[in-house]
Amino acid sequence: MPQLPDANTLFAALIEQMAPHVNDDTALVGIYTGGAWLAERLHEALGIRHPLGTIDVSFYRDDYGAKGLHPQLRRSDIPFDMEGRSVILVDDVLFTGRTTRAALNELFDYGRPARVDLAVLVDRGERQLPIYPRFCGHTLAAPLNEKQNLQLEKADNGNLTLRLIDA
Amino acid sequence: MKIHIANGRLIDPAHEIDQQRDLFIASGKIVGIGSAPDGFTATRRIDASGKIVCPGLVDLAARLREPGFEYLATLESEMEAAMAGGVTSLAIPPDTDPPLDEPGLVEMLCYRAKKLNRAHVYPVGALTLRLEGKRLSEMAELVDAGCVAFSQANTPIVDTQVLFCALQYAATFGYRVWLQPIAPRFGHEGVAHDGEVATRLGLPGIPTAAETIALFTYIELARLTGAKLHITRLSSAEGLALVRAAKAEGLDITCDVSINHLHLSEMDIGYFNAHCRLNPPLRSLRDRDALQAALANGDIDALCSNHSPIDDDAKQVPFSEAEPGATGIELLLPLALKWGQGHKLSLLETLRRVTINPARIIGSKAGQLSLGARADICIFDAEGETTVTRERLRSQGKNTPFLGLNLPGKVCYTVVEGKVMYAEP
Amino acid sequence: MHNPQLNAHGELQHLLSLDGLPRDILTAILDTAEPFTEVAEREIKKLPILRGKSIFNLFFENSTRTRTTFEIAAKRLSADVINLNVATSSTNKGETLLDTVDNLCAMQADMFVVRHASSGAPYLIAEHLHTTKRHDIHVINAGDGRHAHPTQGLLDMYTIRHYKQDFTKLVIAIVGDVLHSRVARSQIAALTTLGVPEVRVIGPKTLMPTDLDKLGVRVFHDMREGLRDVDVVMMLRLQNERMNGPLLPSGQEFFKVWGLTPEKLAVARPDAIVMHPGPMNRGVEIDSAVADGSQAVILPQVTFGIAVRMAVMSMLGSN
Repeated sequence: MPQLPDANTLFAALIEQMAPHVNDDTALVGIYTGGAWLAERLHEALGIRHPLGTIDVSFYRDDYGAKGLHPQLRRSDIPFDMEGRSVILVDDVLFTGRTTRAALNELFDYGRPARVDLAVLVDRGERQLPIYPRFCGHTLAAPLNEKQNLQLEKADNGNLTLRLIDA
Repeated sequence: MKIHIANGRLIDPAHEIDQQRDLFIASGKIVGIGSAPDGFTATRRIDASGKIVCPGLVDLAARLREPGFEYLATLESEMEAAMAGGVTSLAIPPDTDPPLDEPGLVEMLCYRAKKLNRAHVYPVGALTLRLEGKRLSEMAELVDAGCVAFSQANTPIVDTQVLFCALQYAATFGYRVWLQPIAPRFGHEGVAHDGEVATRLGLPGIPTAAETIALFTYIELARLTGAKLHITRLSSAEGLALVRAAKAEGLDITCDVSINHLHLSEMDIGYFNAHCRLNPPLRSLRDRDALQAALANGDIDALCSNHSPIDDDAKQVPFSEAEPGATGIELLLPLALKWGQGHKLSLLETLRRVTINPARIIGSKAGQLSLGARADICIFDAEGETTVTRERLRSQGKNTPFLGLNLPGKVCYTVVEGKVMYAEP
Repeated sequence: MHNPQLNAHGELQHLLSLDGLPRDILTAILDTAEPFTEVAEREIKKLPILRGKSIFNLFFENSTRTRTTFEIAAKRLSADVINLNVATSSTNKGETLLDTVDNLCAMQADMFVVRHASSGAPYLIAEHLHTTKRHDIHVINAGDGRHAHPTQGLLDMYTIRHYKQDFTKLVIAIVGDVLHSRVARSQIAALTTLGVPEVRVIGPKTLMPTDLDKLGVRVFHDMREGLRDVDVVMMLRLQNERMNGPLLPSGQEFFKVWGLTPEKLAVARPDAIVMHPGPMNRGVEIDSAVADGSQAVILPQVTFGIAVRMAVMSMLGSN
């Protein structure tokens, strides 16, 4: 089992990359659930002016028909005007790219943003779609077992850690 | 043809006989019970070891759908069903198309039935022309043509004056009038018993009072006119109590219950099971239990199949649009046995309700085994089983609430006027 | 007895009635509806969940309003919606209900939304789909006779939960023509399943079905007694044809005795909400002062109705 990087270290690296590109037009949208926690922290650390957006992409997933609805659906919340905004989509782990595609589709149902960037804590590779993160805390050197999920976990004290879970 | 039915357990409720005896048949009649008459040589011997030998069953209500509804069933198909069910005598309700209100029609029906040479038919004539409840039918002529009683089937007379006169006229001759207790303008838009199930399912209800109101009227008119009544298809404990009181009072009144109401209740409607769309409606469990007990203690005289072949098109519609009724002639014996077992009755007492009792209501000599009597016999295996499936039902009507059930008893032979008309395949 | 609404895994196969649905399924539908309420606020009010699915609105009884709410819900889920007003087409030409269904199945229908004047008609369709082994086709009952109107019952539950949160502390009154009301039957089934401790029904004896108490409700005939301290008042629609005849002498007398006026509402709890399934008969079952007043939540009911129908369709589409 590979040594997992420390989430807090990656978080600091991500802030360093993103800070120069953040301005008054920038809005953050976190993808439930890990991406939403991450976006919440980034939103505060980067001092983003627009309120934080969160989305649940379940309704937009391409495996909806096969997997059905997730039992705990969240309400998507975009509390700013999407039109002309510079949006940074935030997720904890980038893998096949399918979640990102679903999130992009959902974002555009709220309006037409000026641009959308992607920020992720970890890129585990093995993309199935032409998607690439502009901001990335860490890229795994070797592929993980495809039956394992890499995901962010949040402790009661708010501390974030990366965990490998059997799918 | 001379038949020797050997080694069977002979049960004849009319003569309180239940013992192992052989039966000898010649020229369509019973010529020996227990011992063969002198010089008897059987051309056919039926070994009835381990089987019951009893009078052919008598059914007080079997719709053969002729004339008028031949697309639902024909005499041929329903007679086959009767034979498979061990039923050798049938009373036919008058609700054919046209109704049995004309001597010619009745003669034709009897003629057709006789030619088929299966069960004997006993037509019940229409009490009023076209069953409209306005003009009396020619009762005396109809009796000459073969009618054994008069009835309105399921169509109650709206005008009480007409009903009063019809009963008076029938009483003039001593004819028995068969009436199903239905109040003409009360709950007539209902489709199910007005109780918890109908309320839950949102089905328009038929209150029990639709039966009792009619019974109060019928019984009072019977008192006034002296008419002999037969109350058909009782469905409720309350209705039963009124009939019991009328009998106790000394009125000449008999009554029957159908196999459906004896075994089922509103609960069987389940999720809108159209097989349970019946007339009268299936009532509560309490009512069903009261009917079962009353058939056992004799308050109810007879059990009938109320056989009503209905095609799938009329049943595969929403419950309230479905045609009421169910096929049943083949289930009369198994459902009588099932009831009898449940009440721990002897086979003799059980069979009484489907042989001699209904025969007496018809006024026929059928339903008994005596020397010189018509040899109508049912031989069945009381330990056997009848599985109710669409494929096995001989009737053209395949719709019954009992589909899929295993019922006790299996008919092995049916003999009509000394001829074996059915033998277990 | 096999519950025709659930599949072999205990999941929702059809939505036919709220009577007999387990509490966790009712709650799951309400929970699923929650995120759908937000979709209406987007610039593009559409989710791709049922993209490529064909939903047939099979209305054997006319109801433009109900049909429209199902149509909106289906379209917001990207389904293709085909409206069939069967009341005026094939069945009059002698085609049976099941013939119609077979024909639409041959057109690759994925879901039927059925409205029918006879109680139980959607059960007949569901049973037919079962016996003909078309397990991938779902049926939603959009109102059958006097029997059930489950999506209306669900949107009412959603509304109550939205305003009152906890079902287990409420006193709720249903007022009016319960006898003919499929809405009332669905409400009673859902409220009792969700644990509402006291469900009352109020109306004249002519409009109360037999043995109503066996459904777990208390029956009142007097408005001021029945409305005392209730948290929710659910009004029922009185059909015009019932107003003058053997059931009721007139709409005016009904309004006088059972119409919801501010004076009668005053005996309910001060924070009581007033609901109505629509369309309202002002001056018959409800006074305009109440219908337009601060306690009425009749328009939010309509909005929630879309989300609830989206939830039902998306759950069926994924089971």
